[in-house]
This record gives sequence, C-alpha cells and structure tokens, in this order.
Amino acid sequence: MSSPFDINGGACIAMVGKDCVAIACDLRLGMQALTVSNNFPKIFNYGPSTFLGLTGLATDVSTVSDLFRYKVNMYRLREERNIAPQTLANLVSSSLYEKRFGPFFVSPVIAGINSTTGKPFICGFDSIGCIDFAKDFIVSGTASEQLFGTCEGLWEPDLSAEDLFETISQALLSAVDRDALSGWGAQVYIIEKDKVTKRLLKGRQD
Amino acid sequence: MTGFDFSNYNRNAALHAKGVPLPKATSTGTTIVGCIYDNGVVIAADTRATSGPIVADKNCEKLHYIAPKIWCAGAGTAADTEFTTALISSNVELHSLSTGRPPRVITCMTMLKQHLFRYQGHIGAYLVVAGVDPTGVGLYTVHAHGSTDKLPYVTMGSGSLAAMSVFESTWKPNLDRDGAVALCAEAIKAGIFNDLGSGSNVDVCVIEKDKPSQLLRNYIKPNERGQKERNYRFPKGTTAYLNEKVITKEDMKKYVTIEEASGDSNLMEVDM
Repeated sequence: MSSPFDINGGACIAMVGKDCVAIACDLRLGMQALTVSNNFPKIFNYGPSTFLGLTGLATDVSTVSDLFRYKVNMYRLREERNIAPQTLANLVSSSLYEKRFGPFFVSPVIAGINSTTGKPFICGFDSIGCIDFAKDFIVSGTASEQLFGTCEGLWEPDLSAEDLFETISQALLSAVDRDALSGWGAQVYIIEKDKVTKRLLKGRQD
Repeated sequence: MTGFDFSNYNRNAALHAKGVPLPKATSTGTTIVGCIYDNGVVIAADTRATSGPIVADKNCEKLHYIAPKIWCAGAGTAADTEFTTALISSNVELHSLSTGRPPRVITCMTMLKQHLFRYQGHIGAYLVVAGVDPTGVGLYTVHAHGSTDKLPYVTMGSGSLAAMSVFESTWKPNLDRDGAVALCAEAIKAGIFNDLGSGSNVDVCVIEKDKPSQLLRNYIKPNERGQKERNYRFPKGTTAYLNEKVITKEDMKKYVTIEEASGDSNLMEVDM
C-alpha cells in the first residue's frame, strides 16, 4: 500500500517577492490513479493576508484546515485582532507536534504579510511540526521534487507582484505536468500590502 | 508540556499494519561538535536539513538557546530537537527563577536525559549541551535513549566520524578561544564536505566566562551560490488564467462587523 501522502495527490508552493508573497496549489483530488474531483483547493484563508496551504491525505487536509479555522477564530475572539503569519506558524507547529506519535499526514505551507511590520513571510512544515523558514520559496505535495527543480531555476530575489505571478504559475504548472497525481487546474493568490489577487489558472486536464 | 495527543495513533498504527510506510520527518542529517577551552566552551553546527535524499532547508539553525549561558546543538529528528530544547529551556528558566541562581549545565543535561529516557528513544533528539555556570565550564552529549557523556571535545550526527577525525588528529590541550573556534569550524567543514547529510554553512556559538554568549550565525559560508548570469523572467501575460478576483482592503471592511473598539479609540489600533 502506498504512503498516505501519495494517495490523493496534490501540490502547493509559496514564494517571496518584493513587498509581496504568493501561494499556489493545484486542484486535483484523486484516489490513487482515479481522479475524483478537479475542484479541490488546498489553500485556506485565516486572516486578511494570512494563508495556509495543505497537501497530503485529503481527509487530514479537511480535518486540519477545520481545526485551524476553529483555533484561529478562538484566537481572534480572545485577542480582538487578526492572527499574524508568524503566530499562525507557531500555532501550526505546536498543534502538529502535539500529535508527534500519531501525526496528521499533511505538509503545510504558510504565506502572508505581517500587518505590523509589513514584511512578507513564508514557511513550511513537515508532518510533525518542524518549521522550515525560507527566504525564497517553500514547496510541498506529491510534486515537491519537481517543484524544487522549477523553483530553484526560476525564482530570483525581489520579483514584483506581476513577475511573481508569472514565476510561481510557471513553476507550478511545469512541475505538476510531470506529476501524474497533481494538476487538473491551479489556483494562485498574490498577496500585497492592501490587496489580494486570486487567479484560476488554465492548466492541462489530463 | 501538557503531553502528547495519541488520538490518531490507532488509525496510523492500523494503516502501518497494512503496510503503509511511516511519514518521513525532516531530519537534521547533521554534523554538530563541541570543544572546551581555557575560559569557556564552543559549539558548532552545519546548516543542512534533509528529508530522505532531499535537501529540505539549506540554511537552518541547529544551535538552540537554553539559557543565557547554556546553548544546545541538535541532531536527529528536527522537530524533536526543536521542541525538547524549547521545553527544557522553559523549565530551566522556571527552575532558575525559583532557586534565584543561574542555571547549571549539569542540571539542564539531567533534565534532558530524564525526559528522553522516559520516552525510550522515540523522541529522536541527539544533543550537544554546552555552557558556563558558577561551577565552571560544561560540555555534554545526550543521546535519544538518555545516555550522556562528558568529554573535552565531542561530535554527533551523521557527520560525527568526519568531525571526530579532525579532533583526534589536531586537538591539543589548553586551547585558547580562537583556537577552539577554528578547530570546531574545521571539524564542521569536514562534515559538510565528507558527509552527504551535512552541508551549507558553519554556525558557531561561543560561551565564555564573564562574557555574554556569542552566536556567530553563518560564521563560515563555504558554499555560496554564484550570481545568476541571466534570468528566466517571463513576459507579462505568459500564464493564461480563466478567472480573477481582486480583494482590496476597502472591500474587506464590508465584511467586518465591528468597526470601532469601545472606549478610547486611541488605545488600540484595530489593524486589518
């Protein structure tokens, strides 16, 4: 039997630009080689400019995204302010490590802009909550090996929001075309200081 | 720590019994070393984190803060080293507050080994604990199963053999600060270049008597990527999209039910 990370398929990626960040995911939901849905987004919103991407076992993607919706709502009620991406990163990390000996099969990715500092922030995690702070890009999912390749080649520092959109989109589309378990369309969020642009990409449907 | 939650354990164990492999955790393949000298102690680490054969992070931090004058280098399962050191750091601080004394390295080492022994090696943290306290200089290694060592120079992680070969061939007694830093950096470099699990940069932490600890992040960067000669920037409009939705901050105000905090509006700025 295959790894729980590879049953449903999916890919997610976050990138840093100049005063902006981007996060993107594919839309496939499968059961092994059978595609069940081509509209299964893997990016979830937890504040005006805080996004969480989740790849891995779909049942855990849903459970974990709902768990964080609950936790973030409780945080907002308690603190009377929105959660910062850095705070969400620590919340995700400790929540996943709590289940160290019975983990969720997910690989989360966070992208956002801190509203107090105005600085872009991205990070990734393994399934037990080890944070990977990167200043360039984060990849996750069944196409992660391909994504490492495309990102390492295409990413460069200080991309503008428009350039970042083209770079992240091409990196994702190229990678998922070489992964049988990912693809079937993609979603891209470009997060700027006071604007979020969400685009639905035209991708291969095979 | 309030403790671990085993709610998914039975599900995952049942899956594992059916032949599903265990999830791959980020491991710090790692070379970590420590060396005492006349007036203090030096610890050093490489900065590569791996997930199987993939380099997950090219510049991670493996030197963890425990107390102002106690630091810890971690190898093994990355999440375990991160959280065990954070937990012990917290307990060491509470202990020092309750006793009113600066914490001792041996106390910290004992707390780590008792915690790790309780979990019978399932918490995969392999640590080098170093520091200076009123009793003098301390340098220990702590293994995931709870065993400890006290030595003048130590190495751990997958690059420990490469690093130890440097210590065994060039270490001499009565080193000074610069000599100890250079020796540790050289040992890490041996790991970086000869062990596949280790790579990128050298991080160093120097803890000296009567001086604040110094964390020398990226002390040596022997593997810098050259500047790209050209770029692959795409012309605008390369990527076809079917749908676009722009959410501006102004739009978001429509969905916020509470606009103003009660009382003095200057007291709190509600940020969006």
